[in-house]
Amino acid sequence: MDVAAALDRLAPRLSPTATGAVNVRRLSGGASLETWAFDLTDRTPLILRRRPEGAAMRETALPLASEAALIRAAAAAGSPAPSVVHVCTPEDSLGEAYVMRRLEGETLGRRIVRDETFAGVRPGLARRCGEVLARIHAAPTEDLPDLAISDARGELERYEAIYRQLDARRPILEAAFRWLEAIAPPPPERPVLVHGDFRNGNLMIHPEGGLVGVLDWELAHLGDPAEDLGWICVNSWRFGEWRRPAGGFGDYDELLDGYGGGISLDRVRFWQSLGSLKWGVMCLMMYQSFATGQDRSIERAMIGRRTSETEIDLVKLMETT
Amino acid sequence: MISHPTAAELSEAIAAFEAEHAIPGDARQTFLARVTDNARATLAREAEHGARLEAEAVERLTKLMGETGDYATLNAELCEALRDGAIDPQDPALLAHLRATAIGQIAIDQPGYGGLAALLDG
Repeated sequence: MDVAAALDRLAPRLSPTATGAVNVRRLSGGASLETWAFDLTDRTPLILRRRPEGAAMRETALPLASEAALIRAAAAAGSPAPSVVHVCTPEDSLGEAYVMRRLEGETLGRRIVRDETFAGVRPGLARRCGEVLARIHAAPTEDLPDLAISDARGELERYEAIYRQLDARRPILEAAFRWLEAIAPPPPERPVLVHGDFRNGNLMIHPEGGLVGVLDWELAHLGDPAEDLGWICVNSWRFGEWRRPAGGFGDYDELLDGYGGGISLDRVRFWQSLGSLKWGVMCLMMYQSFATGQDRSIERAMIGRRTSETEIDLVKLMETT
Repeated sequence: MISHPTAAELSEAIAAFEAEHAIPGDARQTFLARVTDNARATLAREAEHGARLEAEAVERLTKLMGETGDYATLNAELCEALRDGAIDPQDPALLAHLRATAIGQIAIDQPGYGGLAALLDG
């Protein structure tokens, strides 16, 4: 697959004043989905998201066309989002893919929570995340693409089933499953559009504009609004700033104030704990693709050793509840 | 003691990466080189502390479970007891063991992880 050549041919359809695509480069990270940055000859900065040939889709991952539709729906609901320029068709020779505007900013959590560059926007960021989540959760659900529905108990069962298949003996995860099962909240009265991966890494932060885009809608579904609020508080995305639970840049009350009420801190803390447990199981799952020979990269081997970060977080959460 | 991956699997993955041809300027390979450095450091810490931590874990498990056995056996029994409800997930003696286990493994896997400071703080 020659991505650069395919984008060059596609360019005039992406912008009427463009004759080709230049500076085509693959960005690092992401093994299940590729992200490419490129410019058009008329200087329009763009991003291509595509699924590599033969890549196994995560069980719950959405088709990229649905992801594009959700970005459009979120933007319509008032969430900052990149504008989707084109959803690829087979004639484009890019496989399953779409093109969106490239936003200016930073997604790397380590920089967002620490660098001087972001010192000016950090103080308002947790509140802003709360506001943006409230808008996403208020999006009308009738017009969305088909999405899975989930709740706390269902998620616990799903992840425990995955854990059992992995044949690991992790007493901290075992204890966490039983603990969370005993305190799981009932399903929400009205399931809302949940982003499903709202955390550092998927939030485009501009040094002056703050949160300018919510990215990576691959795990979106209908469910409990507290899920997104809890996920951004998982310690794994605080990049060492563990004293600031909301993303490593703010406090619970700022996040909840921005959200505008209606959700208890207990419910957020439950979903934060379930988030740590889910991330622990995901780390084991990704390691499994190394163990089975499906992906023998050092990345897949090493991610198994991140399970222990979720275990130490879970011990802390179990001790303090 | 530590699995998913074991030290042997990590060594194998490091060797496989080292055998690959370098592509100068390739972002993915630069990223994987950094991961490989981390893997080497993890292995070094495990070689230094792994045996002691396992012996300490066996000692704790022997008291907690009231049985003798090797680490794998006792740990598997603890998992069973948690799964079938024989041990409460918030039992203080259990939590003390889990706490020590978590601290021991993070010291090998990721000694700079913020969760360690958070746990010791409380």
